This record gives sequence, structure tokens and C-alpha cells, in this order.
Amino acid sequence: MSGYQTGIIVLLALNTIAAYGVYLPMSAGQLNLGIAGFMAIGAYAAAYLTNACGWPPSAAIGAGGATAAILAFAVAMPMLRTQGIYLSLATFALGQVISAIFLNLDIVGGAAGYPVATHIEASVVVSAATLVVSLVWLMSTTRLTVYFAAVKNDPLVADLLGLNVKALGVAALTVGAGIAGVGGALYAHYFNYIEAQYFGVMLSTYTVLYVLLGGTQSVWGPLVGAAIFTLVPEALRSSSQWRYAIFALFIIVFMALRPQGLLTRGLSRQRTQARAQSGSTNS
Amino acid sequence: MISQQIVNGFMLGGVYVMIAVAFTLAIGVLNFLNFSIPGIFMIAGMVSWAALRGGQHWPIAFGIALAASAAVGVAVYLLTYRPSSDSDPEVPLVSSLGFLVLLENLIILWLGSDQQSFPALIVDFNWRFGSIIIGGAQLLSLVLSLAFVIALSLSLRFTNLGRQVRAIAENRRTATILGVNVGSVVSRLFVLSALFTGIGGILFAISYLQVSSSMGESIGFKGISAMIIGGMGNIWGAVAGGLLIGLVEILSTQFLGADFVNISVYGLLLALLIAKPEGLFGPVAAREKL
Repeated sequence: MSGYQTGIIVLLALNTIAAYGVYLPMSAGQLNLGIAGFMAIGAYAAAYLTNACGWPPSAAIGAGGATAAILAFAVAMPMLRTQGIYLSLATFALGQVISAIFLNLDIVGGAAGYPVATHIEASVVVSAATLVVSLVWLMSTTRLTVYFAAVKNDPLVADLLGLNVKALGVAALTVGAGIAGVGGALYAHYFNYIEAQYFGVMLSTYTVLYVLLGGTQSVWGPLVGAAIFTLVPEALRSSSQWRYAIFALFIIVFMALRPQGLLTRGLSRQRTQARAQSGSTNS
Repeated sequence: MISQQIVNGFMLGGVYVMIAVAFTLAIGVLNFLNFSIPGIFMIAGMVSWAALRGGQHWPIAFGIALAASAAVGVAVYLLTYRPSSDSDPEVPLVSSLGFLVLLENLIILWLGSDQQSFPALIVDFNWRFGSIIIGGAQLLSLVLSLAFVIALSLSLRFTNLGRQVRAIAENRRTATILGVNVGSVVSRLFVLSALFTGIGGILFAISYLQVSSSMGESIGFKGISAMIIGGMGNIWGAVAGGLLIGLVEILSTQFLGADFVNISVYGLLLALLIAKPEGLFGPVAAREKL
């Protein structure tokens, strides 16, 4: 496999991980506009552990994800006092604060950026992404998905039906942040260099955009969205500006024509029904 | 020294006032957080710079820039707001974020991503009041911003369109029953909000003499913060929020260093969202829907 192809596959893997970090809170009705902040925490924590403490990269990456999750858990209770648009703006503000703090933190290089000494292979990134996708898929086969959907559709009714809305919200935000943290840590160790400016508001925005492009109703939506965002512009061999411009145009048209995203629950249901019906006629 | 910094803070806050008012207009009446506004702000600055570089006289350049802003406002109305009237609440927000990304990258493709210096249109002059120095261009843009806000506030109160806008903000269905042409009023509101943003972008260019494709991000997002701090949907709250953000920014530059500006501004926003989500001057009950 050529270096170019490897690069694209790694990019796809990293985008997919970030996408699932956005997808989980969104499936519980939280539009997280600060996912880049959690990625930054994972990236810097893991990079610091390998650089300064001599941890092996796999342990450091896990610890990076855990750090992001712990921070999300700590801020989740006050943050989830807000909801809807206010919650989105609170996550946005949190992301900005985190990125600005890293910009000023001289122990990890401050504005000059932070080189990471240990390198991981592309295969590690790809297997981590596969792991994340399978874990989220496994989670989607449990009742948790139904709970999240209930909280998203109507928190009040979910509460009346005996769900712990607060705990589910905290769980969604925390797990999403943990996944994003792992993504950031992988990014740091694959590219061996991180800077706070990279984890800005536009990174969060792009991630949210391709999750919504794929659709949030199906667990495969974020994967499809990340794949389209990563692969289509490569196929067109366009410059990065054209890539983003075309992608943005795509988002606008898409939201106007098919706001539920590319993959919907209805699609898979139709297929299952068709299969069930054909099965019943056969028997 | 401190009074000089406070004056500087208000001058900077004047930049955020226009954009915060544009945001608050969209959210107060339409309940729509229009993320394309930072993009329109940048379009106005960059288009007027390009027109001036192309040798246009300044009124024509600013006219072109405002026309471009209004055109984007109409496009956002047609492609973002109108199709998403009965879909998930995050759809219009995401679509308007799409507009922000689109505008920024189109401008980079057309004019490049470098910071450009804007020609000085006003003779550089300063006023001195005792030990305090006030930049003429900054003062002019603050005064103009406040004048536009007063005009907006008066026309919302006294003109026919203003009454219709307030009726829609109060209750859209009742307004429709009472004969308000909601579609036409809303589309005009989008143009008005875009023009406000565009004027803000031009005033920023005149007083700070620099434009870039990323100017919307840094200033537009602080405009959102100003709008929330003042209370969503409250015009004078947005003005106060803008001035406060300017003050916080200047004071934290002075006492903590320029790198701490984002920590202070967005930390303030975060703390306020958690403690008092309705903003300093907003209505008591916070909106629950997007």
C-alpha cells in the first residue's frame, strides 16, 4: 500500500473516531460543538505521558481517553443544567477555553506546539477505529440506544417512564468525550506533533457536520459521513479549499432536501421487513 | 491608565455590538441561531476591501459589500431557514454552519487566506480628554453602531414592519391569523439582519484597518457570546453584552496577557451559561427549544 493510501485510511480512521465522539451525545439529544476540546485533552495528556513519563503509547492513548472522559464527567453535571441550544453553546465555550488553556500551557509547548517522540503505526490507528466502531455498535444493540432516543425525543416523558435522564445525559457526554480523547491521542502519536490551534472550533464544526451528513438515526451514519467527507474529495483530487467549499454546499443542499441524514432507521427497517416478508413466503 | 483601558474596551466592544444585535434579532424573532452571521461579517469586510483594491470609490465599494451581505442573507433564508421549518431543531443550525464554512472557503479561493491591510478612509486623528486618548475612527464606528441600534429599536417599536416582527416573535400562528404575511416579513428580517452584520464588518474594517478570511470566526463568535451574555432576543442586552465583552477582552489583555483573552471571554460565557442561562438582561424563562 502506498504512503498516500495509508495516509487516507488513517485520516478516515481518525475522522470516524471523532465522528462517534459526536454521535453518542447527539443520540441523546446533545449537540456538542466542543468536541475538539476533548480531543485536545486526550492528545496532550497522552503526549505528555509518553514524552515525560515514558509510558508505552497504547497505555498513554487509553489514559488520554480516560482523562478526557474524567473531565467531561466533572463538567457534565453543571453543563447539563442547560439544554438545547444553551448546551451547544456551553460545549462551544468549553472547547474554546480548553484550546486557549493549552495555547498558554508552557509545559506542553504553549503556542509553539508540542512534538511527540513516540510514533505509532497506521495499523494501530485503524484497529483502534475498528474497536471504537464495534464498541459503539455493540452498545447500539443494547437497551441504552432506546434510552438515549427516549431522552432525545422527550426528556420529560423519559423521566416519567422512570429513566434517569440526568445520568443518561452525563453518560452520553462522558463516553463521547472519552472516544474523542482517544481520537486526539491517536492523532498526536501518529503525526508526532500537536498544536493547540488545530483543536479549534472549525474542527468541532466539521466533525458535527459529517455526523449529520451521515445521519444520526443509524449507528452507521457517522461512519458513512466520515467516509464521504474523507474519500470523495480525495477522489476529486481537489485542493483543501474546494474540498471544504463543496462539502459545505453539499451540507446545505442536503439539510434542505434530506435533513434526517443519509442513513435513516427507516432504511434498515424497510430492508428487515422485506427480508422478513420474503422469508415468510419461502417457508 | 485604567480609565484609558476602559475606554479602549468600549471601543472594541462597539465592534461586537452590531454582530450581537444581528444574532439577537434572528434568535428573538425566529428562534434560529444563525451561524452564517460570522460569515456575512467577513464577506462584508473582504468584499469592500476587494472593491476598494479594484479602484472603486468607497460608497460604491460599501454598497457592493452590503449588497453581497444581503444576497447571502436571502440565500440563507431560502436554503436554510425555509426548508427546515418542520424538521429537527439542529438542522437549521447545522445548515447555517455549512454557510459559514462555504463563505470562508469561497473567499479563500477568491482572495486568499492572508490578512490584508484595509486602506485608511478617515484621516487618522485622536481626541484627548485629559490623559485619555480616543481614536477617531473607533469612536466614529462606536457612535454609528449605537445610532443603527437606536434606529432599529425605534423602527421595531413604531413602524408597521416592526410591529409585524414583534407579533411574529410573540406568537407566529396568531400573527398569521391576524393577517401578517409571515414569509415576507421573515425574509425581510433576514435581509435586515444581514445588513446589520455587513455594516458591522465594514465598520470593523474602517476602524481596525485589517481584514482576513478568518475575521468572522474570532469576532463573530465573540458576538455570539455577547448576545448570550446580554440575554437572547434582547437588543439592548446585546449592546451591553458587546461592550462588556470588549471590556473583558481589553482588561484581560492588560492584566493577564493577550493569550488569556479567549480563556477570560469564553470562561465568562461558560460560567454565565451555567449560572444564569437566560443572560444578564434576558427574560426569566429560558427557551428550551433550539
